[in-house]
Amino acid sequence: MHELSITQSLVDAVLNRTGERTVTAVNLRIGPLSGVLADAVRFCFDVAAAGTPLAGARLQIDEPRGRGRCRSCQDEFNLSDLILLCPCGSADVEVLSGRELMLMSVEVA
Amino acid sequence: MCTTCGCGDEAGTRISNLAGELQTPRQGHPHSHTDEHGRTYTHEHGHADGHHHAAAGTETIVLEQNLLAKNDLLAATNRGWLAGRGVRAFNVMSSPGAGKTTLLVRTLTELGGRLDAGVIEGDQETSLDADRIRATGRPVIQINTGAGCHLDADMLRHGLDALAPEPGSTVFIENVGNLVCPALFDLGETAKVVIVSVTEGDDKPQKYPHMFMAADLVIVNKSDLLPYVDFDVDACLRRIRQINSRAEFLTLSATTGEGLAAWYGWLDGAASQPAAPTSRTARSVPLTGSLTEAH
Ligand SMILES: Nc1nc2c(ncn2[C@@H]2O[C@H](COP(=O)(O)OP(=O)(O)O)[C@@H](O)[C@H]2O)c(=O)[nH]1
Ligand SMILES: [Mg+2]
Ligand SMILES: [Zn+2]
Ligand SMILES: [Zn+2]
Ligand SMILES: [Zn+2]
Ligand SMILES: [Zn+2]
Repeated sequence: MHELSITQSLVDAVLNRTGERTVTAVNLRIGPLSGVLADAVRFCFDVAAAGTPLAGARLQIDEPRGRGRCRSCQDEFNLSDLILLCPCGSADVEVLSGRELMLMSVEVA
Repeated sequence: MCTTCGCGDEAGTRISNLAGELQTPRQGHPHSHTDEHGRTYTHEHGHADGHHHAAAGTETIVLEQNLLAKNDLLAATNRGWLAGRGVRAFNVMSSPGAGKTTLLVRTLTELGGRLDAGVIEGDQETSLDADRIRATGRPVIQINTGAGCHLDADMLRHGLDALAPEPGSTVFIENVGNLVCPALFDLGETAKVVIVSVTEGDDKPQKYPHMFMAADLVIVNKSDLLPYVDFDVDACLRRIRQINSRAEFLTLSATTGEGLAAWYGWLDGAASQPAAPTSRTARSVPLTGSLTEAH
């Protein structure tokens, strides 16, 4: 499960910035096209945070919708996966959002 | 844990030496941050790019960084290391059993001295595949990832240190058999090769779009079994094209040898390309003898 190693690198990235300070909340943004499941990160977070100043921190994950724009007909539509196909039949689709995999901010005591 | 390279995150990763002997766990490796001129580096961790103060005694620190940023940075370092030595590294990925080791063993055996190549084998536990490669007489390093289901850029860094490939040579990286997360972890490789075998079904590209989106070359293996299975090569190609318009595509059989000339031709062509993530401009590194002549 790659979410475990991604969650571990999340914890490391936070600790790099916050050191010994107690972290009370972690804010992430994970899009549906990122290849990472927000639920799996939630599941892994407590394990990865245990024994660190992040233990017990509130994890908030913003999950933006996937949006694409067709370069052929200029139509914009929701994307639920990486099969980039416009209803008009064109596969020339630009991903506008949904690939985010970001550590946005943390709150420290 | 080392905050520069991040090793030690996945306790249990072990890396062999060229003789196949497992070394101490990765987190135990001595970590000099001293360069070849004797300068010692210290790591600065700049504090919040911008931060504001939140209510009730807590402070919000804005980070806005990619969760894979550390791996991507290490991958960029690997890419520079490889490019600086003119070493090509091919990251070979597939489901378990698609034929990665079989194709590598056959390639190393048939090309023999015409291709100066070594292998980095990623496996969760055993060194069986590394033993199969070692039997060809080519250098091989085993990386056991333990519970980890993919190779990351730091593991490749250590694998390259142990393999010590000659300038101008080729490194094949057999990733852990898995079509999910190896797609997310850039290693800094020259090209990503994805193998799908005809016994797996031609809908694999839909099921694992990240992997097929990342591929530079897709190989359909076990073509000798096409008469016996319901696998439509053209349909598979169409599905890959929907996700990835630039990938190249080959159909072959690693056991009968059918289609291998095109694979050797691809290796020959890829030989003159730099270790860049997207750029495919040719570079003037002459190949001694055409690899395709091997077949
Ligand atoms: N029929 C057939 N079997 C193959 C071919 N390539 C590999 N195999 C078999 O598939 C099995 C798994 O191959 P292996 O190379 O270990 O797969 P890996 O897990 O991707 O490294 C072995 O039994 C191979 O003999 C092929 O082209 N045709
Ligand atoms: Mg194998
Ligand atoms: Zn359209
Ligand atoms: Zn280090
Ligand atoms: Zn390391
Ligand atoms: Zn993984």
